[in-house]
Amino acid sequence: MTRVHDMGGRFGDGAVVPEPEHEVFHEDWHKRALAVVLACGALGKWNLDISRHARERLKPTDYARFSYYEKWMGGFATLLVETGVVTRDELAGNAEPAPSDLAEKAWKPTEIAKVLSKGGPVDRPRNVAPMFAPGDTVIARPHAENMKVSGGHTRLPAYAAGARGTILRLHGSHILPDAHAHGFGEAPEPLYAVVFPASELWAHPEHPRDEVVLDMWQSYLKPTS
Amino acid sequence: MPHDHSHDDPHALLPSDPALRVKALETLLTKKGLIDPAALDEIIDTYENKIGPRNGARVVAKTWIDPNFRKALLEDATSVVADLGYYGRQGEHMVAVENTDAVHNMVVCTLCSCYPWPLLGIPPGWYKSDAYRARAVREPRKVLADFGVTLPEDMAVRVWDSTAEMRYLVIPQRPAGTEDMDEEALMNLVSRDSMIGTALAGTP
Repeated sequence: MTRVHDMGGRFGDGAVVPEPEHEVFHEDWHKRALAVVLACGALGKWNLDISRHARERLKPTDYARFSYYEKWMGGFATLLVETGVVTRDELAGNAEPAPSDLAEKAWKPTEIAKVLSKGGPVDRPRNVAPMFAPGDTVIARPHAENMKVSGGHTRLPAYAAGARGTILRLHGSHILPDAHAHGFGEAPEPLYAVVFPASELWAHPEHPRDEVVLDMWQSYLKPTS
Repeated sequence: MPHDHSHDDPHALLPSDPALRVKALETLLTKKGLIDPAALDEIIDTYENKIGPRNGARVVAKTWIDPNFRKALLEDATSVVADLGYYGRQGEHMVAVENTDAVHNMVVCTLCSCYPWPLLGIPPGWYKSDAYRARAVREPRKVLADFGVTLPEDMAVRVWDSTAEMRYLVIPQRPAGTEDMDEEALMNLVSRDSMIGTALAGTP
């Protein structure tokens, strides 16, 4: 079973509503929410995969009713409390905020250009040999779930679980989110682009030659023979 | 405040109005010394004014003009765009995918909202919407219709679901009648949506 964020292929959503290119933020609070959450990445108390999982763990009812940046703040509040960066009483406004020993890590205004342009690459030296090459046929594992942690983080969408596809390219060796979100280290694995015919994924594909490509780690895949 | 959720969730300790919720978080974290509001202003200024889809448009225009650039980009987009200064958060691993007469490419992130920030900026609201995330993989042609785009019947659609940290840039087809246009003029034909794959390049 999967979580509420895994919505690829779901029926019942309405039209996609285009918007002009110059509309970067719709509300002033969107800007602040983006900046507050990004800035606290500097504290080093969580990584990208942990923060994604915190959003995915929102209650399905909250995930559905929250707008985009409300989801960010929802997951962020969870991370702040779980890592002890703030207390529940501080969050609720029931206690005077105590100075934090993480304060020296806070980004200074003069550092922003540098840290944003530095990024955080996730490719790592190869320590697992690639099992597959472009052109090989593979089957995605049958469960869109974390294989170690029940309800844990994974990047295998339910719509591709169990599907048969073809290796399109090897991207390199990348950190495995399923491990990295749960304190099991980076556990890098070969990462592939895998192409699936739409007819393999959907009962009613729009066109016989349409395809969907997903990026999948080696442990998400099995050979067909 | 509706009592349809448990107060065990940390976010439920905060004001429910989202603008007040951000304000409460910013005030608390500033008092604890964990964020500097002036640094937040810099982050906002970066994504509001400095980094946006004109970066990607320049890459596309160069691809149209220079066959060697195109070849290098398709082989190793990360280093080619980094040489132009387009590198950073959410763009550490880039792949460029080229539209042809046979295939139209379209990018989505069904699991969250992965998007090539250094080339296109912050993703638009529709890219982050449930409707786009749910529908783009199953019925890309109906989604394209929402954008007013109809593809030829013999053209396949290849949808790229950004499930890892690879970020995809669509290179739209160069429109006819643009042979004499320079890079700056060509850039004006390249919309943000055409580099996500929900639009075609404009016509002169």
